Amino acid sequence: MSAETTEKSTYKIPIGPIHPALKEPVMFEFEVDGERIVDADVYLGHVHRTIEWTGMRRNPVQVLYLAERICGICSYCHPMSFALAVERIAGIKVPERAEYLRVVQAELERICSHTLWAGVAAHEIGFDSVLFLTWQVREKGLDLTEYLTGNRITKAITQIGGVRRDITKDMVPKIEETLSFLKDNFGKLKKIFLDDKTFKMRSQGTGILTKKDALELCAVGPTARASGVKKDVRVDQPYFAFGELDFDYVTPDVLTGEVNGDVYDRIIVRLLEVKQSIDLIEQCVDVLSGMPEGDIVAEPKIAKLLNQLKKVDGDGIGRMEAPRGEVIHYVKMDGHEHPYSWKVRAPTYNNILPWIPMLRGEQIADIPIVAASTDPCMSCTNRVGIVHNGKRKMFTGEQLHELSVEKTRRLMQ
Amino acid sequence: MSRDQKLSPEEIVDSFKKEFAKKVTDTKVERHPIGPKKNEMIHIWMTVDRSSYRDVVKHLMTLDEEAHFAVSSGYDIENRIEIINHFSIYFGERGEEISINFKVALPKSDPTMDSICDLIPGALISEQEKQEMLGIKVNNIPKDMRVFISDDFPEDMYPWRKDEMNADKMGRNLHEHDKIPAAKIPEKEDDE
Repeated sequence: MSAETTEKSTYKIPIGPIHPALKEPVMFEFEVDGERIVDADVYLGHVHRTIEWTGMRRNPVQVLYLAERICGICSYCHPMSFALAVERIAGIKVPERAEYLRVVQAELERICSHTLWAGVAAHEIGFDSVLFLTWQVREKGLDLTEYLTGNRITKAITQIGGVRRDITKDMVPKIEETLSFLKDNFGKLKKIFLDDKTFKMRSQGTGILTKKDALELCAVGPTARASGVKKDVRVDQPYFAFGELDFDYVTPDVLTGEVNGDVYDRIIVRLLEVKQSIDLIEQCVDVLSGMPEGDIVAEPKIAKLLNQLKKVDGDGIGRMEAPRGEVIHYVKMDGHEHPYSWKVRAPTYNNILPWIPMLRGEQIADIPIVAASTDPCMSCTNRVGIVHNGKRKMFTGEQLHELSVEKTRRLMQ
Repeated sequence: MSRDQKLSPEEIVDSFKKEFAKKVTDTKVERHPIGPKKNEMIHIWMTVDRSSYRDVVKHLMTLDEEAHFAVSSGYDIENRIEIINHFSIYFGERGEEISINFKVALPKSDPTMDSICDLIPGALISEQEKQEMLGIKVNNIPKDMRVFISDDFPEDMYPWRKDEMNADKMGRNLHEHDKIPAAKIPEKEDDE
């Protein structure tokens, strides 16, 4: 930045908009006083892809594959929430076996998403060896996803009324092997993320979101839970087979006995949820192994299913706890081939406004880790411009990242 | 009333009917059996007169001061625009949460409704989105500007609308449209 003096004590830094190839485009405008953030504002939608508009011109089965492309990481939650909404409208009963299979996929997605996030968080503070270690663990999760669904990312496992692929007995050893690998490495990751000095320095007391703000700004998922809000759709309003499984809300006080709502607490929640997801998959695999083989979808003939859906009239919502929080899909069918209305609400939509109180009072160098702590798409730090005396100076994502790494080094001295 | 005195779904509906009389209509309690043990998933739906919408939300917050606003959906049908506001209450305990959906119908001739941002600040993005996607006007919205659609998108064109005000033309023939009226773009200095 220029060393030139100015009468104005604060100036504005726009962060974003972002690379159009990435999925959660957002632009923030920060009012800063030197290094400290005084206020923040948010601008969204730089790459709105009109997914909902397109969905209203597709039949419900086609929408599943479109919904899968809303988000690369939550490529199971979105089509499944749409399916849940349509099942409510049409009164479709999902076979028992499919309810457990749905849980396995949902929790596997959570493991892959949380470990991906943990790697990104490590990278943001300049701890790249942990990034590679974490993603090595995640890779095993993706291998298992590929083994179970045929794909690593866009899984195409969802069907209205069930799922498309079963887990047979001969697949169980591979699942157990992966889960045991994940469990073995979980301890190592927990030690690094929760006990390492570098992580603690950068995350404790940083990016605080109070419980009051979390509730008022409608935060969801680990972002809300880290602030002490017990909110998890899996427990609150169990769907799939979650009502039959043994698990509870993960809030930071489970581990530390207190809730601070800072970045460190958000790390705790996500890490413990990885362990929880491993447990949930194990519980489901146990049930599935002891269950006789049976239907995994209510109506296997697509043409028949579509014919049934063409006749339904009504509206419904489908809610799921995605890795980042509550996903909600609203669908209105009116006796035609296509949904009359479809609204998608991803968790980041609600977790954007909480960034403002989190970042207020923090330093510019904390933007990457605080922003990353809500697990949005980090692409928004792709390009940063400093507006100074009416002139702009562009900061690349790399330069902003350098600032963050420098702060870590400074604290280490 | 608070979380210590949770009401049953039917009692919730009755409390709204009692409080708002004819301003609340078409009430429906859905009980969806879910999972192997057929646990009940409860969704309540009701249509609310737009003049009472803010008071309805206030009343909801007396039932549960931590009421969660998820999002608003919406569509236009015939001569009206319907906004469905999705809330949930009683979360925080296993299986206790109830989803409540308030439908508010706005005539196309005067598609206005009141903001609830003073009650629930997190509703801002959702209200902004309904303004730009459906062409409604939210009274007293704290930040009256576009959020998802860029500032260079034509006015009086709303992507979710199904009538003549829709944006289908924009979707099909982008290359034919001079979609950036110069007057609407704020002047910016070149990057250094």
